Amino acid sequence: MLANGDCSSTELTEHYLERIARLDKDLNTMISVNSDDAISGARACDERRAAGENSPLLGVPMVHKDIFCVDGGKTTCGSRMLETFHAPYSATVVNKLNGAGMVMLGKANMDEFAMGSSNENSYFGAVKNPWQRDCVPGGSSGGSAALVAARLAPVATGTDTGGSIRQPAAFCGLTGIKPTYGRVSRYGMIAFASSLDQAGPLAVTAEDCAMVLQAMAGSDERDSTCSNQPVPDYSKSLGDSIDGLKIGVPEEYFSDGLDDGVASAVRSALAEYEKLGAKLVSVSLPNQGLCIPAYYVVAPAEASSNLSRFDGVRFGYRCDNPADLEDLYTRSRGEGFGAEVKRRIMIGTYALSAGYYDAYYLKAQQVRRLISDDFDKAFADVDVVAGPTTPTPAFKTGAKTDDPVAMYLNDLYTVSANLCGLPAISMPCGEVDGLPVGLQLTGQHFDEARLLHAAHRYQQVTDWHQRMPAGLE
Amino acid sequence: MSWETVIGLEIHAQLATRSKIFSGASTAFGAEPNTQACAVDLGLPGVLPVVNAGVVSMAVRFALATDAFITKRSQFARKNYFYPDLPKGYQISQMALPIVGEGSVTVTLPDESEKQINITRAHLEEDAGKSVHDLFDERTGIDLNRAGTPLLEIVSEPDMRSAVEAVAYARHIHALVRYIDICDGNMQEGSFRCDANVSVRPSGQAEFGTRAEIKNLNSFRFLERAIDFEVERQIDRLESGHSVVQETRLYDADKDETRSMRSKEEANDYRYFPDPDLPPLVIDEAFISDVKAAMPELPKARSARFVNDFKLTPADANTVVSDRATADYFEAVIKGQKFPAKLAANWITGELSGRLNKDNLAIADASVGPERLSLLLTRIEDGTISGKIAKQVFEDMWSGKDSADDIIEKKGLKQITDTSAIEAMIDEVIAANPSQVAEYQAGKEKLLSFFVGAVMKASKGKANPGQLNQILRDKLKSG
Repeated sequence: MLANGDCSSTELTEHYLERIARLDKDLNTMISVNSDDAISGARACDERRAAGENSPLLGVPMVHKDIFCVDGGKTTCGSRMLETFHAPYSATVVNKLNGAGMVMLGKANMDEFAMGSSNENSYFGAVKNPWQRDCVPGGSSGGSAALVAARLAPVATGTDTGGSIRQPAAFCGLTGIKPTYGRVSRYGMIAFASSLDQAGPLAVTAEDCAMVLQAMAGSDERDSTCSNQPVPDYSKSLGDSIDGLKIGVPEEYFSDGLDDGVASAVRSALAEYEKLGAKLVSVSLPNQGLCIPAYYVVAPAEASSNLSRFDGVRFGYRCDNPADLEDLYTRSRGEGFGAEVKRRIMIGTYALSAGYYDAYYLKAQQVRRLISDDFDKAFADVDVVAGPTTPTPAFKTGAKTDDPVAMYLNDLYTVSANLCGLPAISMPCGEVDGLPVGLQLTGQHFDEARLLHAAHRYQQVTDWHQRMPAGLE
Repeated sequence: MSWETVIGLEIHAQLATRSKIFSGASTAFGAEPNTQACAVDLGLPGVLPVVNAGVVSMAVRFALATDAFITKRSQFARKNYFYPDLPKGYQISQMALPIVGEGSVTVTLPDESEKQINITRAHLEEDAGKSVHDLFDERTGIDLNRAGTPLLEIVSEPDMRSAVEAVAYARHIHALVRYIDICDGNMQEGSFRCDANVSVRPSGQAEFGTRAEIKNLNSFRFLERAIDFEVERQIDRLESGHSVVQETRLYDADKDETRSMRSKEEANDYRYFPDPDLPPLVIDEAFISDVKAAMPELPKARSARFVNDFKLTPADANTVVSDRATADYFEAVIKGQKFPAKLAANWITGELSGRLNKDNLAIADASVGPERLSLLLTRIEDGTISGKIAKQVFEDMWSGKDSADDIIEKKGLKQITDTSAIEAMIDEVIAANPSQVAEYQAGKEKLLSFFVGAVMKASKGKANPGQLNQILRDKLKSG
């Protein structure tokens, strides 16, 4: 549209800003909106295009999850702790997408410090699912998912530590990819669990995801865990045939906790893949049941340490009139963090404590190895592993807030990709009672191109990804 | 009952890199508070550490210098605790897999005997910032310039049995880290500081006693006095029927005592775990051989070479090599020269070193460089001037830029070797002191020095002492 001159970046940006202004009061998907900067950025892009530049993302509006530091604006991470924090630097992802010519409209709402599966843990209020407003959009990138679903922007960034891109993508009928650990730089992305966190895009189509991931991915000298492996052209072979693709179907994914409607939507999607020439192969992931326990030791343990820097001393929230140092720490952290964040800090601190480290943290790391071995074995026979993204479609707001364990079980199918550092994509593949259902494909390390390719082929023969929530004209 | 002291040291050597261990900020000492702390050092949200390659080669250099095991895959770990000058709420250190494993050094004790001290490990870590308590009323300031400064923590086995041994070991490591250019050794600025683990046990007992750790000793004198005080305190407690508590203690230099800082029960649970932001530190053989190739000759080998090639005594050789710059200076002085190396060693450890101490200068800043000294020593060797006159010439060289030859020429200090001139001076002295001559000839030979002194005085110190002696004896005998 931009390339053939159907509209300018300025017009497109104004269009989305108008929708945000009109629709987001109710949905609450954004923490901050930068209208002026967006418009002037869009104008600059239009000038670049007029001067002959023609990169695919030039002038395309987007929203960053508010976990990415952006020099010059607020970065809250959904927390009171950082309500007024301005980073004096931008995340590498932000710089890369700026460099590609994308126009940032603002920052998306999220669960506080990316901890949550429903976006009910934001200090800036819960986000509504545009499909059914009494439902959650998923989390932690719930704002990113809901705003793209409501067409407040064509694409948004998210981060995924245990499913935080894929689960909200599934709940909101979007395509979202969590890349291989190390594919995208974590610099300037506020850490939740450093060995699990990865950034990725949420968009309507796999094709859009491919273009945005292309711009996000690649080595970064400021992140030692970021890979130097060259980034392939993700868009190049999207349309090629998938004849002969071997899709592994783990029976463990179709177990008790799975909603019947979700199961049948996923089965139909797999049948669709067979029609496209793919071959379904039964595989086994015997340690699947250990994923959630291992994840909920490793992630909080790392988080407990990562969040120690929020102490009220140098930046962020500081309590009023601290009596002494102890009081400064206790109240700044007590008042600055929300309940779920505090719960995880406590779990993580416990798991790392003297006398418990071996039984929890070390054991969880060993389990991680076992789960990885399961995938390695499966990938000896298949190209990708398929299954549901979540056990159920979006649930009602408030339904699980009193039961953290029920909430954690939402991550049943997503955490293994993080524990093993594997790339995984979620795409819409059906509906249950008017709510979208997600199909997840997990690939081998650095095999994002195959996941995007497989998703794109499916989207060429189905229209689930094109369906829109009603009432958002 | 007699007691045996057991001491182990943890030495923190600040690595002499220009930038910090995990960021590009400068490590220079003495800047305005918080001007040398970047986003990474401040622990701002989202920033990540990246290892400075310089610290890795420095740690490997230390390993090579102490015959230590080099861990091919070492690992950074987080040590978690809250403190206002610790920006991230954790210190990045190494725990289970330190970069340097077991090694040892052989230390020369004051009585010239040698003792091997084993090193348990040496690991890389970042320093914390500094809390400033005296700048504001009722408030504490924080200076994060030091945060992220690279340290090598060198942990010894409990192999030392006295404060004297502990100091000898600390001095040895201090000289070594400077020798291999990984630490400037500046103790006042905190570049080299020690923690001492001290315990006592009844002589002959195999098990160790309960230890106390004395923190942050930043001079060798404090190290010695803190240990001596602590040993006495522990023995007093044990002999009066009390027990020693495992605790951390501070040495108060003003009161010359140690006092309790925190007990074991109050100690932090640091919750160490591998830092997920930093992949394992992998060191391959090629890296090690590059470091090896760039290693300076170590003191021990150099000292042996000085004894062998230059015929220095072992004691002189050890003194000269104790500091790398001094040894380099020595080699530059003797290069291609005919005078004995021993002469150079004596001058460097005597005259030169005295002068440097007086002016509080490092040898690199000496006003008399190796070539100038070399010429001076050549003039002693070829008989142009005596050793005594040379000291006078040296003083003039120090305060100016003239060469030894210029000064000898200008001041007419050339030694008098003309036999007839010396004879004339002797004749005058003999003529002027008839009674002393008589006494001498009557057997009071001690008077020789009186005549030597008088003639020397007459020659303004320039008479060749050998010739003077010989002629004087002959004349007194015959006269």
